[in-house]
Amino acid sequence: MVIAAATPTGSLVLVTAVFLASAVEMVEALTIVLAVGVTRGWKSAFEGVAVALLALAGLVVLFGPALVHYVPLSVLRLVVGGLLLVFGLQWLRKAVLRAAGLKAKHDEDAIFAEQVAELSEAPPASGRDATAFSVAFKGVFLEGLEVVVIVITLGTTSHRLGPAAAAAAAAAVVVLIVGLIVHRQLSGVPENAMKMGVGLMLVSFGTFWAAEGVHVNWPGTDLAIPVLVAFYGCIAWLLVASLRHHAAEVPTGLAASGDHLHG
Amino acid sequence: MDEEQVPGRHRADGRRDDNPSVVPGWLRAFGRFWWDFLIGDTPELFVGAVAVIGVLAMICLRPGLRTFAAFLAPVLVAGVLTASLYRAARRRAS
Repeated sequence: MVIAAATPTGSLVLVTAVFLASAVEMVEALTIVLAVGVTRGWKSAFEGVAVALLALAGLVVLFGPALVHYVPLSVLRLVVGGLLLVFGLQWLRKAVLRAAGLKAKHDEDAIFAEQVAELSEAPPASGRDATAFSVAFKGVFLEGLEVVVIVITLGTTSHRLGPAAAAAAAAAVVVLIVGLIVHRQLSGVPENAMKMGVGLMLVSFGTFWAAEGVHVNWPGTDLAIPVLVAFYGCIAWLLVASLRHHAAEVPTGLAASGDHLHG
Repeated sequence: MDEEQVPGRHRADGRRDDNPSVVPGWLRAFGRFWWDFLIGDTPELFVGAVAVIGVLAMICLRPGLRTFAAFLAPVLVAGVLTASLYRAARRRAS
């Protein structure tokens, strides 16, 4: 059986999925870091970011090769495929709800203002600012954990841990540069569209690998992945159209109903 | 977390908690992280994904149906997503 993502098509989809997922999470992390830097100073904020990035890289180095060497590939595909399927369905569900107007969109400006207000209330620190360090660390580490899970699962199952990690690192650098240029205008990033794309790819990879793990015979082997992406894209489009019609009929907002999803 | 619920700690009235949890705090936090990560507010997605994989595994016990299962898999997954979304829409309406 050909390993998925061993061909250029599979590798391209994999790298794109990791890049987009990482970019989305890094935008959310950067919003928090900018709020910390602006209100509490940049030194402790950067220290928090650096320690969080080291911890995340450590997780990839620790668990990535271990999974490849000690877990049989069929088991890895089944477990990782299942994880990606659940994870991808959560992303896709949230993106569809937002696109249909049934859930409030992620507003980076509002989150930035909220963070600034909270941080301004904390007493100023002399020397190292523990508040700035811990908020920046938690922001980057918690947002980055999802990226680490995606990098490890996609990278190990396809034996492409290096390119997956490189795609995540590239996304972090791109978001950092764009963030420094646009500064506090991160709300202009088309975050929901990116989440929709990531959700489609994660569900596609998840379906492919989980099914391979139970010995489904995919016609065209890994060429089935872009077909799955297209199929789920059509389904998502139909669902957005249908739910948008539903939202127009019912005037209350889901955002206020406690419908919480992480990410 | 409520102060009186922390295992092994003294309660607010000064007495030691006689019924501390046997599960360490870090293990509970680890479990809670994965619970939120995989299940959260959408248990139907987790249950649905497991059910889809189970159905595919059953079908693939017959080697002649393994290609058919490839066509069935995305349809079942799309069904799980659709059901979850309409569940959310119904919650909104009620």
